[in-house]
Amino acid sequence: MTQALLARMIRAAVPILIIAILGTTAVAFSYQLMQERIAQREQRAALRDVATVMPLHYDNDIYEDAVVVNATEYLGTDGPVTVYRARLAGKLVGVVLVPVTADGHNGPIPLIVGIAADGTLCGVRVLEQHETEGLGDGVDQKRSNWIQGFTGRSLQDPTSEGWRLKRDGGAFDGLSGATVSVRAIIEVVHTALQYYAANRDLLTKD
Amino acid sequence: MSRHPDLVILQDRVWDTNPALVQLLGLCPLLAVSDTFIKGFALGLATLLAVLATSVTVSALRYLVPHEVRVPAIVLLLASFVTIIDLGLKAYFYELSEVLSIFVPLIAVNCMIIARAEEFAACSEVRLSLFDGLATGLGFLLALAALGTLREMLGYGTLLRDAALLFGERAGGLEISLDAHYPGMHLVRLPAGAFFILGLLIALRRALDTRGTAEALKGEHASVNDSMGHAPA
Repeated sequence: MTQALLARMIRAAVPILIIAILGTTAVAFSYQLMQERIAQREQRAALRDVATVMPLHYDNDIYEDAVVVNATEYLGTDGPVTVYRARLAGKLVGVVLVPVTADGHNGPIPLIVGIAADGTLCGVRVLEQHETEGLGDGVDQKRSNWIQGFTGRSLQDPTSEGWRLKRDGGAFDGLSGATVSVRAIIEVVHTALQYYAANRDLLTKD
Repeated sequence: MSRHPDLVILQDRVWDTNPALVQLLGLCPLLAVSDTFIKGFALGLATLLAVLATSVTVSALRYLVPHEVRVPAIVLLLASFVTIIDLGLKAYFYELSEVLSIFVPLIAVNCMIIARAEEFAACSEVRLSLFDGLATGLGFLLALAALGTLREMLGYGTLLRDAALLFGERAGGLEISLDAHYPGMHLVRLPAGAFFILGLLIALRRALDTRGTAEALKGEHASVNDSMGHAPA
């Protein structure tokens, strides 16, 4: 009786084991085969985003020249933030921070922020957003060019009181219907600049 | 009227018991990523590959796997195939894989595929199972492509939007704008809109299906045959 049961269990378990081994082998083999190509694609996709906020000329392999930092208060995310360094002939021309996260109306809005070596913003772009269509989604460069208003700004232009919406007494135009998201983005871009200014040496050393 | 048995299977899977429009199986991905033709078509193709590979292997291994552990075996096989398809998508259609995101891995729990493997492939010979998988996948693909095309036309007012995702950069110019000033219908682009359009498609299919039957029944007091009788899983 027990032996019959045991035999049945084995008859059921062995095929599953064989299929599991075969399946895992096939997956591992495909992974080996394609992993290099996938890594290339991922890198290319990341660089495409980086290129949109780093128009300055540089000659280093920016993807390899990166540090990972963590500064929740300044960069808006608990997770790691990658800082890519753009250099020309070894001298720093700018950094790209990704993701800097704004606390949007419908959840976090990850941004990519490019800062020139002197602390001037080269560009800010939304990586992903789930804001209300027709309202908060205006922060997305695909919907409106509001976000391009950051280019050329720095901690000196405007000074700290000015990093607000015009209706809050600051220097930045608003987007009707998107006040919450817009405030959050202005705030986190401001703190990201402060973070860069305070940690410039740390962020740019090898 | 006797027809080739393969043709009978094809008509049954694609039309009479279409997995999406009649059995209402595997609807989650169908509704989530069908706002354009390209997305619907791509996910349909991935599903077709998965159901085909699963049906063939389940059929080939049907004497090896005892009845008690058939479902776990099917799930293992399906998960392996889907992982490989997902890897291939990432390697060769990276942007497309970003757009389809989680819905390709989710094919692994598509009850439509598991149902095909369990009900048909597990007790049929390999050639028939291959054809069954192909026909079922095709039915699903056609439903997804139709849903995607309709939602894209109504939601964006375009045809072949984002064709470059699947057919490479050179296909980027394929997009046709039906009306340059069309503002787009927001509701249709949302998942809720997918339900409405799917409902319309189901109604259309049934209307076409029952037209003949209704004529035949004219004069009688019989109700129209209920092809919706299959309970959705």
